[in-house]
Amino acid sequence: MVTRRDILRTAGAGALVSALPGVAFARANTDARLVLVVLRGAADGLAVAAPYGDGNYRRVRGELALPSPGQEDGVLKLDGMFGLHPSLAAVYDEYQNDRALIVHAIASPYRDRSHFDGQDVLENGAAAVGLLRDGWLNRALAPLGGALGNEAAIAMAQNTPLVLRGDNSVTSWAPSQLPDADDSTIQRLQDLYADDEFFATRLAQALKSQEIAADQGGMDRMRNRGNDAEQARTMMQATARFLTADDGPRIAVVEAGGWDTHANQGGAAGALANRLAGLDGGLAALRDGLGPAWSSTVVVVVTEFGRTVHVNGTRGTDHGTATAAILLGGAVNGGRVVADWPGLGKADLYAGRDLMPTTDTRSLFKSVLAEHLDIPDSFIDSTVFPDSAAARPIRDLIRI
Amino acid sequence: MNIKAVIAANRFGLGARTGELDVVDHDPQRWLLDQLQGPSRLSADLRRLPDTASVLVEVGELRRERRDQRQSSDDEPAPDIVKKYGRTVREHYIEQTQARYRNAASTDFPFHERLVHFWANHFAISADKQPIPAIAGLFENEAIRPNITGRFADLLIAVEQHPAMIVYLDNQRSIGPGSTLGRRANRRRDRNVGLNENLAREILELHTLGVAGGYTQEDVTTFAKVITGWSIGGANDNGRFADGEPGEFEFREIIHEPGTHEVVGRRYSQAGVKQGEAVLHDLATHPSTARFIAAKLARHFVADDPPARLVDELAGTFLETGGDLGAVYAALVTADEPWVNTYAKYKTPHDLVISTFRAFDHVPDDRRFVVGALDLMGQTPYRPGSPEGWPDTAEQWGGADALYKRVEWCNTVARVVGSRANPVELGAAVLGPALQSSTRKAVSRAESTVQGMTLLLASPDFQRR
Repeated sequence: MVTRRDILRTAGAGALVSALPGVAFARANTDARLVLVVLRGAADGLAVAAPYGDGNYRRVRGELALPSPGQEDGVLKLDGMFGLHPSLAAVYDEYQNDRALIVHAIASPYRDRSHFDGQDVLENGAAAVGLLRDGWLNRALAPLGGALGNEAAIAMAQNTPLVLRGDNSVTSWAPSQLPDADDSTIQRLQDLYADDEFFATRLAQALKSQEIAADQGGMDRMRNRGNDAEQARTMMQATARFLTADDGPRIAVVEAGGWDTHANQGGAAGALANRLAGLDGGLAALRDGLGPAWSSTVVVVVTEFGRTVHVNGTRGTDHGTATAAILLGGAVNGGRVVADWPGLGKADLYAGRDLMPTTDTRSLFKSVLAEHLDIPDSFIDSTVFPDSAAARPIRDLIRI
Repeated sequence: MNIKAVIAANRFGLGARTGELDVVDHDPQRWLLDQLQGPSRLSADLRRLPDTASVLVEVGELRRERRDQRQSSDDEPAPDIVKKYGRTVREHYIEQTQARYRNAASTDFPFHERLVHFWANHFAISADKQPIPAIAGLFENEAIRPNITGRFADLLIAVEQHPAMIVYLDNQRSIGPGSTLGRRANRRRDRNVGLNENLAREILELHTLGVAGGYTQEDVTTFAKVITGWSIGGANDNGRFADGEPGEFEFREIIHEPGTHEVVGRRYSQAGVKQGEAVLHDLATHPSTARFIAAKLARHFVADDPPARLVDELAGTFLETGGDLGAVYAALVTADEPWVNTYAKYKTPHDLVISTFRAFDHVPDDRRFVVGALDLMGQTPYRPGSPEGWPDTAEQWGGADALYKRVEWCNTVARVVGSRANPVELGAAVLGPALQSSTRKAVSRAESTVQGMTLLLASPDFQRR
């Protein structure tokens, strides 16, 4: 009987052997896992990591201000200035083990307030909207040597988000509820697609992912059901299985929506608290699923921009600028908050309303790529993040 | 048969039904433009639907009941009222979705219907926010459908004053700081009162000028003030208001920010609701709006990367006619560019499902089938997740896993309804001269009808339009 694996070998033979530029393949750290979590909708950094020690915090945040550490529903103390939202218990565990850190007052170079353009800049890695049509993480894959059927990166979604789109082959996977087509039909479909590269490439990638999912035992039957928190956990468990498969990808991108809290955002409890609890549960599931591989993993949690410092007329916050990013995983040199804190006084704010950005998101990404994946600085500066000289790497984010 | 007939039926229309290509072949361009003439037509399925106001009243009562029970017991709400609310909303959603896809699968005016879907996506609301699932289809029929062949300004005003758009983008909560109620609240230092910029921002960014169309944060804030008071009649969730026709658009003077305002370089001194309407009229005929709409139409009907000459021409027509959409469609249909490539677009899951049902001339009776199929393929009806709507390029729909889901779905459809037709004949009937010989060969050599049908539906020929 012909199996999927055989079909795949046939299809992959001779395809995309390697037309990559002369980059040092050998340097790539093949054990390292990277998970990029993109929070879509602009997550409120002042709620993720509250600057409870800033003298202006309670004044500007009003009813959305979180209680100080030690109080009922208080923030989880990160240091004398910052506290983690009480919903982020698993992240805090890692923080206390020096395996998580927060980068605060961080923003991409984008300075307007459209979600869609903000995500475009966060993901294309350029200084402005539309300057690059592919994603920075896709460009970073070149030195990692993935090829068709053996992709280095996976999008945990049906469709690949911009950050992973580009010339380097990536795959994608999402749970399904339908029965598989039988092998004979799939094989005939591969023949039919042979002359059409768009379809041929995608089917080959999908079959590879199906194969890993099946090898890992029944994941192809995984249900896309349950509430948001359950789905987040399920998705992260699947991510862990892909990242621990023998010939699976080492890099994954996971997306989560629902952060656009214009109304009734809530404080220690409420809408945003529930979202954060879902995220935290997902991150815990990822850690548990990765097992020993957690020690060589870095998870980066980012969002397109932050939210207004002040509360709006509907107990929520509007689109802002700087926000907080979370870095966690066994490879993270954590237990600290990295921030050149701009303050929350009237004169400290960006455009009189937003947290002032003091760190470029690209500085964070550059450090992770260089220190964790061993991608050469010169390649990062020339290809992954062109024209980003002003955004210097943060350094020492990763345990060596 | 002229290849133009295939393009007209499959790219401009919603996918050929058996026999349709022969009708179209007489004069493909005429066939398209004739669909835009005459009064708006509603299928029986659509005519049976309730109106938004009655659904909002029904759902609003359930919400209040739910809240009252919660307050009285200071406990978790009684489960039956929660269930009743969910069931009511879901029933409306399924009924409207089913009506939409049944109508699309059977209509003799598929170009008109595609335009309805195009504009519903341009002015997207999303069912991931309550109570949108109960009214999303009604919004499409009430605000979009009657207005897509007239002036863009009329469509725009109908949309922005529809209760579904107002509630989706929170405008009923936005209170002018200088309004009667705003000043009263400020004296009491009531923090829960103020502007919400959501609707104003999305009108500028997504509905008219486009994100690079030349407006500032200042314009957003001022425009938000201009449209304070654009609200919905009847009691709201916190019982603050009671006036107006319940569930209908209502202008509330008491929360409207008075005064003259400047938006995108023009001063507006009108009073009340007229001020916002005047801004919308000007935005509707702004050159940035013309370009934004022209590019979107060209991307939808011609190519992911639309030809610059065509975009210029459509934008020019839009401007010269003061936003006459019928004239813009005519310019699109009579231009050369749309007729060059047979397969210029990768179908969205929405396109794929409708064209499949049209090919079979059948929508399965199971009311959940359509929603289930589109949910699985990543395009849950009326639920794009954001006011930006669904994307419209192969790059954004072309994930590997997404293709695999399509294959699985095509296979499932082939099993369920594939025996209703012969796949070789069906391929010829719906793709005509565009059916490639490799596809015909693969389908005819299939080991079963189900397999042949799967190959036809999953073929590059049928997956593109």
